Amino acid sequence: MIQDLADIILLSLQVSGIALLLSTMIGVPLGIWMGLNRFKLRRLLTAVLYTGMGFPPVVIGLFVYILLSRNGMLGSLNLDIVPELFTPGAMIVAQTIIAFPLVAGFTMAAVIGVDPQMRSQVLSLGATKTQAAYAVMREARVGVIAAVVAGFGSIISEVGAVMLVGGNIEGRTRVMTTAIVLETRKGNFDLALSLGIILLGITFLTNLAILRLQGRAVEQ
Amino acid sequence: MTNPIYKIRELVKEYDGRRVLDIPDLEIYPGEIFALVGPSGAGKSTLLRLLNFLELPTSGEITFLTHKYQPDMDVPLEIKRRVTTVFQRPILLNQTVSENVVYGLRVRGKKESNGLCKSVLKQVGLAHLAHQRARTLSGGEAQRVALARAMIIQPDVLLLDEPTANLDPYNITLIEEIAKNTNQINQTTLVLVTHNIFQARRLANRIALMLDGKIIEVTDTEHFFKAPDDPRTAAFVRGDMVY
Repeated sequence: MIQDLADIILLSLQVSGIALLLSTMIGVPLGIWMGLNRFKLRRLLTAVLYTGMGFPPVVIGLFVYILLSRNGMLGSLNLDIVPELFTPGAMIVAQTIIAFPLVAGFTMAAVIGVDPQMRSQVLSLGATKTQAAYAVMREARVGVIAAVVAGFGSIISEVGAVMLVGGNIEGRTRVMTTAIVLETRKGNFDLALSLGIILLGITFLTNLAILRLQGRAVEQ
Repeated sequence: MTNPIYKIRELVKEYDGRRVLDIPDLEIYPGEIFALVGPSGAGKSTLLRLLNFLELPTSGEITFLTHKYQPDMDVPLEIKRRVTTVFQRPILLNQTVSENVVYGLRVRGKKESNGLCKSVLKQVGLAHLAHQRARTLSGGEAQRVALARAMIIQPDVLLLDEPTANLDPYNITLIEEIAKNTNQINQTTLVLVTHNIFQARRLANRIALMLDGKIIEVTDTEHFFKAPDDPRTAAFVRGDMVY
């Protein structure tokens, strides 16, 4: 029982952790790029990003399900890098798609909030474009950390997408949120509640750690 | 005669089809203090951005030393790094004063010599604030840090975009002194944009009046004030509205 619980917690952290890492790797550079550059389709792209920020996770789960199913656009390719449905890999794909618009959108807003003259001034001091982008990101770091926190919050507590693409298979794809749903349906409220408290605790501790990092940045 | 450090020919800059700069011919010489004066919106700051290669012209060319630049040309980093600007409103990094000062060295991959940083901070009268966070500084102190971070990289050309606007007389005097010393000791070419014609008179060897994106007159400082060729220059010196 305790082993099962530990496996569920570990898988939740693994799936959401990898998804957060991927969405940060995609979202932060994208947000910085969109915040720094003025281009023709910027407004349209921003609208798409903002739509993604408010997209219901269950709908994203549905899209990923269709894409990864055997007849789907990606599933039919039979490629090693495309995860199969009802695996942690499929859950990571869904959670990455849920989190990255939030990470990118909030990062973009943080970068736009930095004085636009900052970039000109560091470029004038001899910075390369990459060094200038890094300088702007450093100035926007409080907002970038908030973006990562928002991304984490959106996936650790998410249930619809992981249920659809993961299938809540015991020992394989069962995570805390799907276990809570299952145990509640079975009437095991004590276990469901315990899982809920553990989930809350993990979220709280993770956010506390990230906020300490943010606090240090604010103090600076 | 000395070869110019900047040679500008048929320079045009447009934003969304609107012409903001139109300079057929202008030369700036090494080691001089060249002032650009004129009302707001005359194109002075735009010209500085072009001289700093932060933007490229819409048409025409800028020759910096022997390197000629035209629209859509990539200016090499080593050329860009020979010029820097002190802007009207200094935006300092959210770090300490000394970290701000050595930023230009750090991006060049040069060793951050503590002695050099101290010496530059001493020149701008801020050695005692080296470890203070930059965001706690007053406007005048922040501008002096901006000047120090420009001086430490020892540029060939230092562009000053209204560096003393909104500052108190003490800081104005101090910044003018530092600028003059930088020019005299290091032979750094200074291009100064200012609304204050008295400041231009105090510092510059030559002055250009800009109106509506065009250079109206370029001449020696004395000639500019005492016997300008163009009636608009005379009116500007008198303090009349010229647009």
